[in-house]
Amino acid sequence: MMDQTHHASETSLSIKGLQLSFGAVQVLNDVNMDIRQGEFIVLLGGSGSGKSTILNCIAGLLDVTDGQIFINGKNVTWDEPKDRGIGMVFQSYALYPQMSVRGNLAFGLKNARLPRDEIAKRIDRAAGILQIGDYLDRRPAALSGGQRQRVAIGRALVRDVDLFLFDEPLSNLDAKLRAELRVEIKRLHETLGNTMVYVTHDQIEAMTLADRIALLRDGVIQQFASPGEIYRKPVNLYVAGFIGSPSMNFISGEIADGQFRFHDRAISLDGYDGHPRDGAAILGVRPEHTGFQADGPESGIQATVELQEHMGAESVIYLRLDGQRFALRTPDDTHYPEGTRLNLSFDIARASLFDPQSELRL
Amino acid sequence: MADIAFSGPRGPKPRRRLSGRNIMIYGTLIVVALYYLVPLYVMVMTSLKGLPEIRLGNIFSPPVEATFEPWVKAWAEACTGLNCEGLQRGFWNSVRITVPSVLLSILIASINGYALANWRFKGAEFFFAVLMIGAFIPYQVMIYPMVILLRELGLYGSLTGLVLVHTVFGMPILTLLFRNYFATLPEELFKAARVDGTGFWGIYFRIMLPLSLPIFVVAVILQVTGIWNDFLFGVVYTKPEYYPMTVQLNNIVNTTTGARNTM
Repeated sequence: MMDQTHHASETSLSIKGLQLSFGAVQVLNDVNMDIRQGEFIVLLGGSGSGKSTILNCIAGLLDVTDGQIFINGKNVTWDEPKDRGIGMVFQSYALYPQMSVRGNLAFGLKNARLPRDEIAKRIDRAAGILQIGDYLDRRPAALSGGQRQRVAIGRALVRDVDLFLFDEPLSNLDAKLRAELRVEIKRLHETLGNTMVYVTHDQIEAMTLADRIALLRDGVIQQFASPGEIYRKPVNLYVAGFIGSPSMNFISGEIADGQFRFHDRAISLDGYDGHPRDGAAILGVRPEHTGFQADGPESGIQATVELQEHMGAESVIYLRLDGQRFALRTPDDTHYPEGTRLNLSFDIARASLFDPQSELRL
Repeated sequence: MADIAFSGPRGPKPRRRLSGRNIMIYGTLIVVALYYLVPLYVMVMTSLKGLPEIRLGNIFSPPVEATFEPWVKAWAEACTGLNCEGLQRGFWNSVRITVPSVLLSILIASINGYALANWRFKGAEFFFAVLMIGAFIPYQVMIYPMVILLRELGLYGSLTGLVLVHTVFGMPILTLLFRNYFATLPEELFKAARVDGTGFWGIYFRIMLPLSLPIFVVAVILQVTGIWNDFLFGVVYTKPEYYPMTVQLNNIVNTTTGARNTM
């Protein structure tokens, strides 16, 4: 585990045609993934999207309806969780309350009948990496949330496995602690070089941690790509609306003669990264890719200020454009009172166009 | 990272003052408790009196001349039919019935509840529904079928048979109790134990049992009081030499009061 040679081409985890139904309800539909050795994969989606379900299938805690799961090339679809070579970290930490921290770490190793000195060695190493050595003899009840989650990570660590599974590990922590532990998990991944599969509904966690994000909706992977790719080129309207806060603004119109037209206005599509075709379309512009001018000409894209949120480093202005809400984000913290008219400009090179029927990106 | 666990207020928990509200509450509780203790007091006092003193009828007054003779007589000499060993035989029968019945019923019911709550096997819902229906059928309906069943098993009239009956009749409510308790334990704990390589029994004995002491206490209280005080099953499914204390006491009281009436 500690060897730093990354086998970039080696597949660590492979999911083929995974299906899961509970009675008539289809929870996962044809999920396919190939995850390379050492990759950090985030499964992102809202509640009910099936992200945790996939993780439970990988762990062997749920029996799949159809499909196969390979870990390090071995078909583990019907193996017991303990035989899959995984370590798992849970949202509620799931520490055994009746055991000390040391007991929690040792529990799985004792079950595997490891020699006592080997167990002690692994606990020492994990305690060193996670800085939990000071409270090895305490019960989980005597620890703070952050400390408990470190212990839970330690329990996965001592198993000495290639594949780590995280099921919303930071969701029960407060914002400050969450940010701290997020950085630590990132650092841990860089130190250990393990493959990690991480489930979250928090897009910040997904964007900061992932090598690749699998964005899920209703048990179907919408897009499986790097965070940058998902941010820049969302494959469909759902992905575009899910990633980014505030959400991407959508404007209905049509494409003709290399221009996007809406409400008698036309924007040139020069520099657009994609393949626009003539006909009805939806333009998606992120709040941070919208420029504005306070005293521009009467022509152009004019919108009225409804509300402004100041966040110190930046501010978000909510506007009304052709009767629809439009958000823009700016480092400018000048206060624009309600009713101020602003002239907007869109950064077309970083915008997205969608087909209104198929909802796919053009 | 900063150790944030032990910051915040320190020192012993502030104690509430003796307020008028508290005096009212505790006063009422004490009065009610005394009220419920009165019958016990009367019983103990009366048992310490001789018969002439009882006939005076002052049931609340302490005995003028305390005597333990009736106690000894009840325990070791009272007769039921031809047997004059006193209540001690019934007492030890009750112990021999209650202890194995309580242990066996709780052991089986807790495993049932654990399997139903955590290992959702095929048909679990159906199995649970059947058990629940069992809880709503009056015992009296099943007395005779049970007699036949025990007879066929060759256990009719034996202590083993009665233990079996108590175990079976306790099953629906105890299973419900355990299933619902296990369902409240975090599911992730169960998952973590599976990842750590623990199987069905390992999780039950090493994870679930240590966390379930409260519900085991409830189950023990429920079963001990129920089985210790049982009369009906004791009289139906055993023979005189195995009668629990409740049945034997009833017989002693019936025969002795009959004798007194002829005096």
